[in-house]
Amino acid sequence: MEVTTKKITSLRVEHITKRFPGVLASDDISLSIGEGEILALVGENGAGKTTLMNILMGLYQPDEGRILINGEEVRFRSPNDAFAAGLGMVHQQYMLVPNMTVLENIALGYKQAWSPFKLDLGKVRERIEEISKKYGLFVDPDAFIWQLSVGEQQRVELVKTLCLGAKFLILDEPTSALTPQETDELIVLLKRMTSELSIIFISHKLQEVKDLSNTITILRHGSVVFQGNTTDHSPSDIAALMTGHEVELPHNDEPPCEGAIALNIKNLHVKSDRGFLALNNLNLSIRSGEIVGLAGVSGNGQRELAEAINGLRKVEGGEILFYGEDLANKSPHHVIEAGMGYIPEERNTEGIVPSFSIKENLILKDASHPEFSKHTFLRNKEIETNATDLRVKFDIRSPNIAVAAGSLSGGNIQKVILAREISRKPKFLIAVYPIRGLDLGAAEFIHRQLLEKRKEGIGILLVSEELDEILDLSDRIAVIFKGQIQKILDRKDATRRSLGILMAGVKDDQEI
Amino acid sequence: MNFIENILSLAIPFSVALLIASLGEMFNQRAGIFNLGCEGIMAMGAFLGMLIPYSVGHGGPTPGIYNFVGLAVAMIVGALFGLLFGFVVVSFRAPQGIAGIGLQMFGVGTAGTLFRHFIGGTQSVPGIDSFNIPLLSKIPILGPIFFSHNVLVYLAFLFVPVAWYILFKTPWGLKVRAVGTNPRAADSIGIQVNKVRFQALAVGGALAGLAGAYLSLCQAKMFSDGIIAGRGFIAVALVYFGHWNPVKIMGGALLFSFAQALQLAIQGQGINFPYEFAVMLPYVMVIVVLAFSRESQLLGPTALGQPFNREKRT
Amino acid sequence: MTKKFKILYKVSIIILAIMAAMLLGAIILWTIGADVAKTYMVILFEPLKTSLQITEVLIRAIPLTIIALGISVAYRSGIINIGAEGQMAMGILGTTAIALLFPTLPKPVLLPMAVLSGALCGAFWGFIPGILKAKLQVSELLSTVMLNYIAAQFYTFFLRGPMLDPAESTLGGSGTPQSMRLTKNIWLDRFIPGTRLHTGIFFAIFLAIIIYLLLWKTSTGMKMRAAGASARAARYGGISVTWYLVIAMAISGAFAGMAGAIEIAGVHRRAIEGITGGYGFSGIVVALFGGLHPAGIIPAAFFFGLLIVGADMTQRLVGVPANMVNVLQGIIILVIVSTKMVLADPYLMEKVWRRYQKLTNPPKEVEA
Repeated sequence: MEVTTKKITSLRVEHITKRFPGVLASDDISLSIGEGEILALVGENGAGKTTLMNILMGLYQPDEGRILINGEEVRFRSPNDAFAAGLGMVHQQYMLVPNMTVLENIALGYKQAWSPFKLDLGKVRERIEEISKKYGLFVDPDAFIWQLSVGEQQRVELVKTLCLGAKFLILDEPTSALTPQETDELIVLLKRMTSELSIIFISHKLQEVKDLSNTITILRHGSVVFQGNTTDHSPSDIAALMTGHEVELPHNDEPPCEGAIALNIKNLHVKSDRGFLALNNLNLSIRSGEIVGLAGVSGNGQRELAEAINGLRKVEGGEILFYGEDLANKSPHHVIEAGMGYIPEERNTEGIVPSFSIKENLILKDASHPEFSKHTFLRNKEIETNATDLRVKFDIRSPNIAVAAGSLSGGNIQKVILAREISRKPKFLIAVYPIRGLDLGAAEFIHRQLLEKRKEGIGILLVSEELDEILDLSDRIAVIFKGQIQKILDRKDATRRSLGILMAGVKDDQEI
Repeated sequence: MNFIENILSLAIPFSVALLIASLGEMFNQRAGIFNLGCEGIMAMGAFLGMLIPYSVGHGGPTPGIYNFVGLAVAMIVGALFGLLFGFVVVSFRAPQGIAGIGLQMFGVGTAGTLFRHFIGGTQSVPGIDSFNIPLLSKIPILGPIFFSHNVLVYLAFLFVPVAWYILFKTPWGLKVRAVGTNPRAADSIGIQVNKVRFQALAVGGALAGLAGAYLSLCQAKMFSDGIIAGRGFIAVALVYFGHWNPVKIMGGALLFSFAQALQLAIQGQGINFPYEFAVMLPYVMVIVVLAFSRESQLLGPTALGQPFNREKRT
Repeated sequence: MTKKFKILYKVSIIILAIMAAMLLGAIILWTIGADVAKTYMVILFEPLKTSLQITEVLIRAIPLTIIALGISVAYRSGIINIGAEGQMAMGILGTTAIALLFPTLPKPVLLPMAVLSGALCGAFWGFIPGILKAKLQVSELLSTVMLNYIAAQFYTFFLRGPMLDPAESTLGGSGTPQSMRLTKNIWLDRFIPGTRLHTGIFFAIFLAIIIYLLLWKTSTGMKMRAAGASARAARYGGISVTWYLVIAMAISGAFAGMAGAIEIAGVHRRAIEGITGGYGFSGIVVALFGGLHPAGIIPAAFFFGLLIVGADMTQRLVGVPANMVNVLQGIIILVIVSTKMVLADPYLMEKVWRRYQKLTNPPKEVEA
């Protein structure tokens, strides 16, 4: 199909409805964008933003509703139809093939360069140069994707989309993996692009929404709850509309803690999956009874740090002193027995065995413990009592304790994990993105539990990229950048702005 | 000198079945499908390849064209078996390892059943003979080693650069590599992931069928139940060993056939060595080779074995 | 979604699956010009006509049960054991060796010793791919297949060499490489006169109970299942996934080895070439068909014993070669794995449910 050369002067979506098993992902959604406009599509995780955009791109078929471009109804059976109509999308998870070059990745969609027995890469190269010049977006066509940084990959995505002839851009959380500085550059670039294109911009970062968009549409639970001009509303108004009520999460108001040092990490070196040093001489110490927030853009070594402490990743050098004992390169079992609690990043695949029942998951770490087994035979009665108690105490919403843990909602899965980790009476807790993607009720519950544990004298390492979460809970805040601790601040000294600059890798002791 | 010449002139034709089958498997795996049923498709190919000339000539002289009809039928049915596997692992998204074993049993069983019904016992066919390439085959040492084989030997080696070209220089090859590495990316850019996977399975199946027919028509000139003797599985292993690259796969195929030829030559020399241990050698080699060839994570099809489901949200 | 619909949906999918399997088999039968209906009837019902034949079915179900139990332990622990054929051959060698070395020991000592030796040899043969996977990430699918070929050569070597029946080396032999008849002290009793049904059947049931207890009632079993269900979560939970993987493969191999021991002690009473006869592969089908659970494996083993005996009869009664059983087993694997995925797909069920709703209660006019 030939790609249209006509400009898109208006795009309208009318009464779109899409169902997934047990979820109404889009519920009668309508919106419209005019020429050169930027529409911000805002909502919490799971509000249905990505689903709606996948429908626009022909990846999902809507159950009801229609799409109109320049007033004419269009039907997209596949992404090819959407490209042909001039739509292009940069997905949140970059859609690039890592073991191919930039050139090949773009050739994959650039069908003008295809003939049955030959791929005209020269033609693709010319196209890339043309687009690069036009928008000031430069990429190295011969680099392999796996060699590129996240920011560079995003640029490749933009170039790819533009090369394929997009006259209407959809950007799904384009800034989620960028540093604040990269984000600023992107915003400038996108503003410049509006002379040529219209843009739908998905985000839940309200500052960017204010900076960039003309109009705003807020989704909640799959339906539109608000539409209006961006300039008329303050970020806090938008936040309230987004979550349905005023954001009120618990705060840590206690005085700084004076406990003994619980976890002392010295000169830690750890490699990433790809073999480069993800942690390069990292030093950090945490007292018992204190929450240290680890702030940073994801991918700066947070995952590797949590895994190394818990024995899940090889330590190349350095020490992890836990109440004086070096945990480096100890087995996960050893670390667990030493009293470490761990709420992992991947709650659905790592924190639980999805096909196991709730009661089995609650004793995942203690199946051989005398409390739950005798001469290797499981003590069913004790296991059930344990699960019944925890289900009530941690408000796990499930039909019973025998259902598969994987069938629960994200919030309830996280409560199962939290229940197990806390009921094991740990001496220390590592919580990685503990409320990511959860509804506010579950998030509040989890934060309260963490604060309570802090009061009981447990040290907590809280890994998060949400600055609000970090600022709400932490006693001290450590900023991680490229595998090193950039700086450690007391809560009273930290602001969103100062943290943002540190997260971007600027190490400036001057007052900013 | 004669001893080495012997080994080498045996090793090259021995490598052909492995080479063709593993190039086919390479296309499967590059597209993200691990087809352990290769052995079964080869068995079908071996049976069908010889069935056609056999039923025309009943073991006696047969016009050469029927051999090639046999090869063609073997390839067509091989492709159909590849598509059948596609229904199971692409459409239904069944786990590929165990499904491959099912296909293997189905193929070997069907070949055996049909063989007993249509042919019955040990029957040989004239098959496809080697021929000496004029002039070149006269070159001392090199001539017998390289230039006096049957036509399929040359075709198989010619297919190595062809496969490389297809994989790296054509739009189809690009699509195959994309759906085997990041199917979501391929999908988002308008490539029909499952369609490409079916195509790759058909190609892989056709090549496995051809490899089987080579064994019955060119190498053994007969069919028996154990004719494939694990070559289908070895072909799968060679793809790992060769890191999904046609040239490296060819190296692996030659290495294995060299070991096999060496084993035969040693026996021919009358060295007293238990026959069974010599036969074991290639299988032991597969395990050793797998143990010491590390997959290069960055260059291989990282979505190998993963079914694609667009609507499954992660 | 109503409960009635869910049951209806699942039942119809299973019926469709059975029909697909029978149709695929029928294509092969049509190709050789056989009477399809009659062939199926012979395979499924002929062996049940006399009690003698029923005992023959049971005799085949014994090694199938034992092997399938072992395979299900491995499968549940996240490793697919295709090497039961080789492990069984090694088990037979181990058993035969003990019986040949100590023919004079009393039965209560010799029999357990011989079975244990078979189990250990099988376990060793399962341990190799287990450790290769755990330490060097060698695909068990390929290594176990290769070990089957290697074991087959070992087996032939021993039967043609060190263990060859002295009677065979003179001209009067049967022509089949085999060991001499083993001492009566390792024979399992045949407890129904006039049949070959042996006490191994009780041993197989005993092993099924052991496996049930191991997998569902002990902490070891729970850890093995966790390792198989989600290796990542298991590792997170402090479970040494690689250790349980090796253990599971060794157990799996030990069961195949025991199946070999029981087979020669109960049926053949000597090691003969070709005894394993595809039991290792059929065991995979039995394990899958039985839902990887002892309570399912026992009836599944009976069913496949029936297929094997039935297929032996088709040659004589309807002119269909006995290899047809391999065809059916292959088809059954393909159909089971597909059906499992279809049944577990909530998206498809949802789609069908909406169609079903439209069919049963036509939509009312929606207000604009």
